[in-house]
Amino acid sequence: MNIMTWSSLNAGVATPEIFLLCATCAILLIDVFLSDAKRHISYVLTLAALVATGCLLVAGYSLQPQLAFNGMFIADPLASLSKLGMVVGVILMLVYGRGYAAVRGLFRGELFTLTLCALLGMMVMASAVNFVVLYVGLELLSLSLYALVALQRTSSRSTEAAMKYFILGALASGLLLYGMSMVYGATQSLDVFVIAQKIAHDEANRLLTVFGIVFIVTGLGFKLGAVPFHMWAPDVYDGAPTLVSQLIGSAPKVAAFAFIMRILAQALEGFAFDWRSMLMVLAVLSLVIGNVTAIAQVNIKRMFAYSTISHMGFLLLGIMAATPGGYAAAFFYAMTYMLTAAAGFGLIMLLSREGFEADQIADFRGLNKRSPWFAAMMLIVMFSMAGIPVFIGFFAKLAIIQALVGLGLVWLAVIAVLMSVIGAFYYLRVVKVMYFEDPTDTAPIAAGADAKLVLSVNCLLLLVLGMAPDRLLTALTTALQFSLHPGL
Amino acid sequence: MDMKTIYLLIPLAPLFGALVAGLFGWAISRRAAHCVTIAGVAVSFLLSAFVLKGIVLDGVEPFNGTVYTWLTVNGIEFNVGFLVDSLTAMMMCVVTFVSLMVHIYTIGYMEEDPGYNRFFSYISLFTFSMLMLVMANNFVQLFFGWEAVGLVSYLLIGFWFKRPTATFANLKAFLVNRVGDFGFLLGIGLVLAYFGTLDYAAVFAQAPALKDATVTLFPGATWSLLTVTCILLFIGAMGKSAQFPLHVWLPDSMEGPTPISALIHAATMVTAGIFMVSRMSPLFELSDTALNFVLVIGAITALFMGFLGIIQNDIKRVVAYSTLSQLGYMTVALGASAYSVAVFHLMTHAFFKALLFLGAGSVIMGMHHDQDIRNMGGLRKYMPITWITSLVGSLALIGTPFFSGFYSKDSIIEAVAESHLPGASFAYFAVVAGVFITAFYSFRMYFLVFHGKERWMAKDHHAHHEADAHDEDEHHHGLGPNDKPHESPWVVTLPLVLLAIPSVLIGYFAIEPMLYGKFFEGVIFFNHEAHPAMEMLKEEFHGPVAMALHSLQTPVLWLAIGGVVASYVFYMVAPAIPAAIDRFFTAIGVRKLLEEKYYMDHLYIDGFARFGRVLGTVFWKVGDVLMIDGLMVNGTAKVVGFFSKVTRRLQTGYIYHYAFAMILGALVLMTWWLGGVLVSQ
Repeated sequence: MNIMTWSSLNAGVATPEIFLLCATCAILLIDVFLSDAKRHISYVLTLAALVATGCLLVAGYSLQPQLAFNGMFIADPLASLSKLGMVVGVILMLVYGRGYAAVRGLFRGELFTLTLCALLGMMVMASAVNFVVLYVGLELLSLSLYALVALQRTSSRSTEAAMKYFILGALASGLLLYGMSMVYGATQSLDVFVIAQKIAHDEANRLLTVFGIVFIVTGLGFKLGAVPFHMWAPDVYDGAPTLVSQLIGSAPKVAAFAFIMRILAQALEGFAFDWRSMLMVLAVLSLVIGNVTAIAQVNIKRMFAYSTISHMGFLLLGIMAATPGGYAAAFFYAMTYMLTAAAGFGLIMLLSREGFEADQIADFRGLNKRSPWFAAMMLIVMFSMAGIPVFIGFFAKLAIIQALVGLGLVWLAVIAVLMSVIGAFYYLRVVKVMYFEDPTDTAPIAAGADAKLVLSVNCLLLLVLGMAPDRLLTALTTALQFSLHPGL
Repeated sequence: MDMKTIYLLIPLAPLFGALVAGLFGWAISRRAAHCVTIAGVAVSFLLSAFVLKGIVLDGVEPFNGTVYTWLTVNGIEFNVGFLVDSLTAMMMCVVTFVSLMVHIYTIGYMEEDPGYNRFFSYISLFTFSMLMLVMANNFVQLFFGWEAVGLVSYLLIGFWFKRPTATFANLKAFLVNRVGDFGFLLGIGLVLAYFGTLDYAAVFAQAPALKDATVTLFPGATWSLLTVTCILLFIGAMGKSAQFPLHVWLPDSMEGPTPISALIHAATMVTAGIFMVSRMSPLFELSDTALNFVLVIGAITALFMGFLGIIQNDIKRVVAYSTLSQLGYMTVALGASAYSVAVFHLMTHAFFKALLFLGAGSVIMGMHHDQDIRNMGGLRKYMPITWITSLVGSLALIGTPFFSGFYSKDSIIEAVAESHLPGASFAYFAVVAGVFITAFYSFRMYFLVFHGKERWMAKDHHAHHEADAHDEDEHHHGLGPNDKPHESPWVVTLPLVLLAIPSVLIGYFAIEPMLYGKFFEGVIFFNHEAHPAMEMLKEEFHGPVAMALHSLQTPVLWLAIGGVVASYVFYMVAPAIPAAIDRFFTAIGVRKLLEEKYYMDHLYIDGFARFGRVLGTVFWKVGDVLMIDGLMVNGTAKVVGFFSKVTRRLQTGYIYHYAFAMILGALVLMTWWLGGVLVSQ
């Protein structure tokens, strides 16, 4: 173990995280002195902090990975790009959720600081190359999310959801930690690269490592919401305030992807044979259960929960391929799904108002007559999720399926496509309800202009990216190329 | 302005007009709509005339070049390209001139129609499509134009889409043309497969080398490649140019407004098949079998469609059957390798048949949309310009010496006489007999409409209505006993006069350069040894005046005169004779045969179409409703829905169930994979 010095810390690499932490503390302090009438100052400061973090990420972007904190922290393209995605996801959540939070008394300092803490946790997850740091990042995210789910503390549904999430999350964390400890036992290291090296040199006990991998996969499966570790998802999505559901459903999926990359693709690459088949089982189960159960839902937030489960099945299929193409496809899937889900939840919040959640599919009846523009936006989101060509969701699915077919796993590709067809049913049902039924709710749509504008851009981006998906996919592929085997 | 720009402008000007009138028709006035479309077509006509002048008088070299490459697949280019030679230039002038006349005429004819702007948009779009067809230098663009004119024809036949008869007619036209186009497409496919290119020049250059190539359609049957290709291409022409047995759509197409009957179903579109075969002369010349097929089909059409003209009472249908018959004449000329004669007749026919149709339209307007010639009579007093111009058109049609139709039709008959193909003797009989029939029905119509008693005064015209010819909702029609027919406005009569001029003169001036001069040199290909018809004609030709004088000594002219005299006697002098003849033919069943149009419609509608519907119903009931909808779609949906309810039940809401599921999952993963690892060790 080297002696730690200031220069060996190389803390400059973590500038965005450090900045975000300072900003969070500052907002926490400032917010204490603000009256409720001036709460928007915290909101603006939060957005400013997020934008500044995004700028720092862009400014510090480099294809060459850089280590910091004595090799516990890395800034590589994979980390930077996924962090950028998370920052965008959080910004979208705050913009869409402002009006929603305001009328429900959630527009308070806790919302901002907890959200920023969650983001910090996600960023740490993406950058950590040490099992302990990975775990710390994960817990920072999870604890913030538990509190956020319970933010509406007078709502019994909300607190119930938070309690379920917390207990199951604690169980999952325990399993994950147990798995990590097994891997540590087998390799005597917590460092991702050292573990990889040991496994490569056949110095790790296979039985012990695979035993650890089982628990790690269980923990990861929980974070992604993959079947059979998915059961928290519908209750939490449904019970949490919609803006928190959006947060859970969007940015953390990107973080979870990076997290899985660090543990499975980098540290445990040598045992890919073992974890691949485990992921395959989770993926297929998620695709089937997610899509089939979503059909029976009448609550659109629950429907999104099951839809997320099925999308995570797709994501797992990409990772499971364990090829550069598969990883890139999964990365692409995570990023685009984040954008799509953000828009979907955003639309629910846009239609909600005081005392009305707009969380039933029936609440979307005749949306086209009430607001053709937002009906069209919802149509884009649904088409993209269903994977209809031209929209980005199609290319995300296509990339995964290409990776599978490239490996000769045609049967998996067929299952994925079949399940997508089943999935198309419930997405298109929303479209049908919007366009072919008469509105039962005639109240005007009371969303703010900022949310409307950002939402429109968000949705149109799904279309525009769909017309030119190559650039994003190429960028993500290159990022992974430079990240997975840095040769440090 | 270089020539390429001019060639581009010629089709694009009408397209521009069509787009303006079509897409912005709701926003602009009727005046603006007809101004912009007429301006587009006028520009196109003037430029076409300039191009023709350049080729005829100034000796401009033919243009053959690509304007735009659409796509390249496996080295085969799909281009937009123009081939502008004498044949194209002539066609361009005919198309744009007749189109211009029809545009002007339409201002009067469609005056009260609510679809005024739409109509102008369609006819301009038609002009564009037809120009693309004739200017093509490759098969793809030819096919584009071919289908585009078919589409516009379909739209225009069904222009009054609220009439059930009109929608039936346009569907019929569309379906019958599909049969022809199927053959055409197969022909193009064969060209692509064996020649490896779709460019005219390249295909023609290779044709002689492939003269002896064969193609095996199914095991044991080997045919000459060129014969099969040419017959398939000609099947396309049979659909478009309404040749027997694909002619059935043309009479029904008269459901469309009269101006388009003139433009599309007489002067231009229906001659696309004739044009196409002439353009393909280097291919057809290499196959006597194909030429014989063409000859016989044309002869059947020329003769038997003429018979049907005799019994028609709807003024437009008489002209329609005469069009069918004349198209048969052109096809006969093609079969006799007299391509230039066919094209020559195409041109003269375009003028006088458009004139006859527009004249008929003028009569229909004068009669307040009564189309039954039995209700007319004596119209010459009320509609002098229409009368004179219609007389000119009829004289041209029957082949009166010095009129344009005489030169072209007589040349066809001469050419058939010189042909040595096996079907030539039948064809010769058909075209000569056709002369008498043409004269008879043309003048039957002429006398019934313009001479004799004014029958609308004492008629019970509703009783005479053919069920499919009229629509009660859209038009007040027919004159009351006290009404008088009136001459049409100048926008209607001006085109009549302008069309009458070439109907008389064009044959006299054009016959020598077009048939015997160098006009079509290098454009239309003759095999002089095998098909010497044109050579023989050239030897016998001593100038247009001599040809006209010579005709006095031939039976053809006397047959025509006989037809006119017979119709005069039958319908002006002694109406009892045709009634008696009618009774006789009714008795022996011929009348019924003609009324049912040789039962072709029955064969198609009650035969093929019904069979198709029965087959479709079976597939629908068994394949679609039972198998796909019942078992596969609804069955799958039911199964999925069932499982959906089951899996939904798993979500109990109890946290210990959730935790149990997680632990169970972890346990399964552990036992399975650890077991696997243990076994492998």
